[in-house]
Amino acid sequence: MIRISGLSRRFGDRDVIKKIDLEIRRGEIFALIGPSGSGKTTMLRLIDLLDRPSIGSIIFDSRRTDGKEFERRSIRRRMAMVFQKPGVLNTTVERNVAFGLEFRGMSPDMIRQRVGDALQKVGLSGFSKRRAISLSGGEMQRVAIARAIVTEPEVLLLDEPTANLDPISSQIIENLIVWINKERKTTIVVATHDMGQGQRLASRIGVMMDGQLVQSGEMYDIFYHPVNRAIATFVGIDPIRDCIVESNDNNLATIVINKIRIQAVTAFKKGQRVTLCIRPEEVTLSLPDACPSASSARNCLGGTITHLLPYGPFTRVHVDCGIPITALLTRRSCEELGLAHGMQVNATIKATAVHVIPDPRPEDNQLHER
Amino acid sequence: MQEIIDGITQAFQLIISLNPELLEVTALSLFISLSATAISTLISIPFGGLIHFREFTGKRVLITIIQTLYSVPTVIIGLLVFLLISRSGPMGFFGLLFTPTGMIIGQTILILPIMTGLVITALSGVDRNIRDTLISLGATEFQSIAQIVREARFAILGAVILGFGRAISEVGVAMMIGGNIRGETRVLTTSIALETGMGNFGLSIALGIVLLAIALVVVLTMNLITSGALSDSDKILGGPQA
Repeated sequence: MIRISGLSRRFGDRDVIKKIDLEIRRGEIFALIGPSGSGKTTMLRLIDLLDRPSIGSIIFDSRRTDGKEFERRSIRRRMAMVFQKPGVLNTTVERNVAFGLEFRGMSPDMIRQRVGDALQKVGLSGFSKRRAISLSGGEMQRVAIARAIVTEPEVLLLDEPTANLDPISSQIIENLIVWINKERKTTIVVATHDMGQGQRLASRIGVMMDGQLVQSGEMYDIFYHPVNRAIATFVGIDPIRDCIVESNDNNLATIVINKIRIQAVTAFKKGQRVTLCIRPEEVTLSLPDACPSASSARNCLGGTITHLLPYGPFTRVHVDCGIPITALLTRRSCEELGLAHGMQVNATIKATAVHVIPDPRPEDNQLHER
Repeated sequence: MQEIIDGITQAFQLIISLNPELLEVTALSLFISLSATAISTLISIPFGGLIHFREFTGKRVLITIIQTLYSVPTVIIGLLVFLLISRSGPMGFFGLLFTPTGMIIGQTILILPIMTGLVITALSGVDRNIRDTLISLGATEFQSIAQIVREARFAILGAVILGFGRAISEVGVAMMIGGNIRGETRVLTTSIALETGMGNFGLSIALGIVLLAIALVVVLTMNLITSGALSDSDKILGGPQA
């Protein structure tokens, strides 16, 4: 649907978008994920043709988008964008939703009907005569979504649609996004800093960091196989650096760090420097006397608890095993084991749960040294 | 003291009896200043819009010049317009000196900077996000500018009212261009200056009261509109801002 190649955008002497190649497929929900300031908004503005790239091109449904303003407008009218700040105008809800149709010169009768439908879809039927700026944040965001879908766009762009909203409003909006995609077959690109939201909504994900699209693919890949340390940290892994592959037998490698040996399933060869990524929920903790028999595919490390951090219904337990290991346990199992600061525990990790990435990666270091 | 009391008494007699001279002077004042405000509004909204929405070199300098002209003395505008339209001036052949038309031109020039400047400020007050939203919804440049002007309507209304206030209260242009000719170019402010000089305090005070009454009506109208207390204006203008 949208093919982006070699896209860069420079503001002053700063490259906000750096050589991005990306394809958005028809009918999918694609999530652009990344921390604040990583260039997600600039990316969406470029796709919506509100801004022109410094280098590179965007092809929309086989059409070039670098033409004159009126040509760009005709393409832009096949899309709609919902901004992070809802940007409602100081008039009624009804008129706010009608703008896109008015600009397209639709008849008032048709506009009334379409606006009524759109407001019903977002659950604001009774609000049509209300003053838009008097609504709550969640309601305003729904007005913005109604205003976007009323034009029946082929592509819908959403910039942090639930940032600053309470959990209930966020859920209403997420359900709405899924509905629009399923029922209307609208292609959706959603920018978010919330991994969970990306996972709930999108079929494919692109991770943006410092203007670059560092990894794209399915959620599972990014969660379990981050390509570099920055992404690993972003998806909630504490990476273990400066490890050396000691031996590799049929892709079951033994990796050494601080005289500790860890088994991992990887193709890295003997002698290579690597970073280990272990998802905290893949780590099992047990009391010292109950260590399960260490098979060849399991790592069992003894250590001391250094830190317990509440995490919603979970607790993140930091264990010093000579290397820092983080485990994610439910609060209940924490209580059952009687875990406390300074206690001795065993951490068990399957060899398949240890994801190995190269170390150091030059571009990765660059990201960190900024 | 007695003079003041006598003056006030006489002023109320003149107002209540609808003194023809008082009415004539008031009507001419309103006509000239409302005309100047209307013309200036028609110029300052597109002109201010052009400056706000276009990027060009010297934009900041131009805005600074406009802001400096907020405080230009009325007599300087009077002098400038006098030189332009006097018989020997470049526009002398129109014969506009000592006519209401000449006064309208002078007052328009006087209030144009402050109205343009305040229109720019009003448009800057509209969130940048709104402009992106409108363009994203498929608006042409004209459609988006029209909506943004509409969004800034209350602040623009404030600019219009301030312009009118400066026009009706000024005396420099009215005196130098109009010449204070009885029955032709005599307005409230010039009349007050003249009558006070002649010792007719009663008429002066009456004219002063009328001038303040006009100001009061203007302020009340503005408050009614912006507070939304007037339901009709609500419908016409789209309601209160906050």
